[in-house]
Amino acid sequence: MATLFRYLPILVVLALWEAATRYGLVSKLMVPDLASVGAAFWQLLTSGELVFNAGRSLGRAFIGLAAATAFGIVAGLLMATIRPVRLLVNPLVQAFYPMPKSALIPVVMVWFGLGDLSKIVLIFLGCILPVVVSTYNGARGVDHVLVWSAASLGASRRAILTEVVLPAAMPEIFNGMRTALAFSFILMVSSEFILAKDGIGYLIATLGDGGAYAAMFACILTVAGVGFGADRLFGLLIRRTLRWREP
Amino acid sequence: MTATRTRRRALGDLLIQSLVIAAFLLAWEMTARARVINPFLLPALSDVLMRIGKDLGSGIAIVDLSLTLYRALSGFAIAAAIGIPLGILMARWSLVRWFFDPLISAGFPMPKIAFLPIFVLWFGLFDTSKIIMVAFSSIFPVVSAAYAGTQGVDKWPLWSARALGAKERELLWEVILPLALPQILTGLQIALPVALITTVVTEMLMSGKGIGGTMMNAGRFADSVGVFAGIVEIAVVGILVIRGVEALRRRLLVWHAETRADA
Repeated sequence: MATLFRYLPILVVLALWEAATRYGLVSKLMVPDLASVGAAFWQLLTSGELVFNAGRSLGRAFIGLAAATAFGIVAGLLMATIRPVRLLVNPLVQAFYPMPKSALIPVVMVWFGLGDLSKIVLIFLGCILPVVVSTYNGARGVDHVLVWSAASLGASRRAILTEVVLPAAMPEIFNGMRTALAFSFILMVSSEFILAKDGIGYLIATLGDGGAYAAMFACILTVAGVGFGADRLFGLLIRRTLRWREP
Repeated sequence: MTATRTRRRALGDLLIQSLVIAAFLLAWEMTARARVINPFLLPALSDVLMRIGKDLGSGIAIVDLSLTLYRALSGFAIAAAIGIPLGILMARWSLVRWFFDPLISAGFPMPKIAFLPIFVLWFGLFDTSKIIMVAFSSIFPVVSAAYAGTQGVDKWPLWSARALGAKERELLWEVILPLALPQILTGLQIALPVALITTVVTEMLMSGKGIGGTMMNAGRFADSVGVFAGIVEIAVVGILVIRGVEALRRRLLVWHAETRADA
């Protein structure tokens, strides 16, 4: 009940949308009514078109994000613990961090072709820096007392890194991963808009070009919903994984 | 640690940073010159810089840069002008909070760029739809930062100001805004790169002028020097804009503890 009340405004917005189209406040050409968007969604869903394309997109996003997380955490930890690595990598990270990664779309397309690989590489490049930076900050911010205690108990450097530094840095790393998750969706959709043979971005672009606006709205709302759902799911995962932390 | 030592250390860091970047750029130039990689895939840095110089001289790059910046900054300004008051209202007024909180928290993690086709349908292919797209994608961090900042204002200064007879208006301008300013600025600092990224993507998608459109065109004509020129331009603009906002933050927050701690 409380959740329903909390999300009531979203229903209000949907009702306003339906009312605006039904009473002709806005042209149906500009804003398809809710019922036809729903019908289009159902049709895309049952024909398998939506599931296929969304699956392709999510696969790309997942691979890119997973690779970025793995490399990012290792790189961040190395930067935090080994000084030469830090001196070498940190300037590059700082220089590339503010650069809009979507500017790389044309180059990545030329280098890695028009298929899956170019999108995965783009998502990887866009997602790795937030993970590196958050891991680095998290690992650097670990309480020295924890490290000293572990060392005095005879823990090896490696054990300190994996048993003390990594868990202590986990909250920050998760934050970075959450940012990266949002980036992965943005880069996935925009690269598929620009050049792709399949994927949800491609589907949206094709439907829009063909004038099937109800179906286009349905796909856009699906992407938005999946992006929102993925973020919430990740938030839940974070809370579960970090249950050992004091609140 | 004394101030001179901190300064010397910062200078050393800056030196190392510039050296690494220089080495990176040199490595780019050498690999390209040695023809290890096909020059179509990786044009030499010097060629790219020469192209940028030529385009700056002929004014093409200046038109592109100013168009891109104009779109990014207009969208960003709209997001700030709507987002900051909305965030403050959400914190001060429970009805506004009830209505907008779920919308903002649902909209924040959504990939906003997916809505671009809708904006194109509504507002056409020109500046309006681009600027609205930019404003739409960069407003969420602004609203939630302004909301959280206002919400987090300590109750003691509010009570003291009230006890001293401050009116609601004065309370807002003299107490709430200054205390929420650090958080609001953080929100703006997140929103600005988002605005820039969105601008470039919309330009790429909708062609026309602007850095993104010019890059896409260069890509279509297999002009890889042109593509890399665009990347370098965007990278430089991105870094300058973000460093500029950081400097602005330090100026605006001279009175704040965070700035004093750095100095």
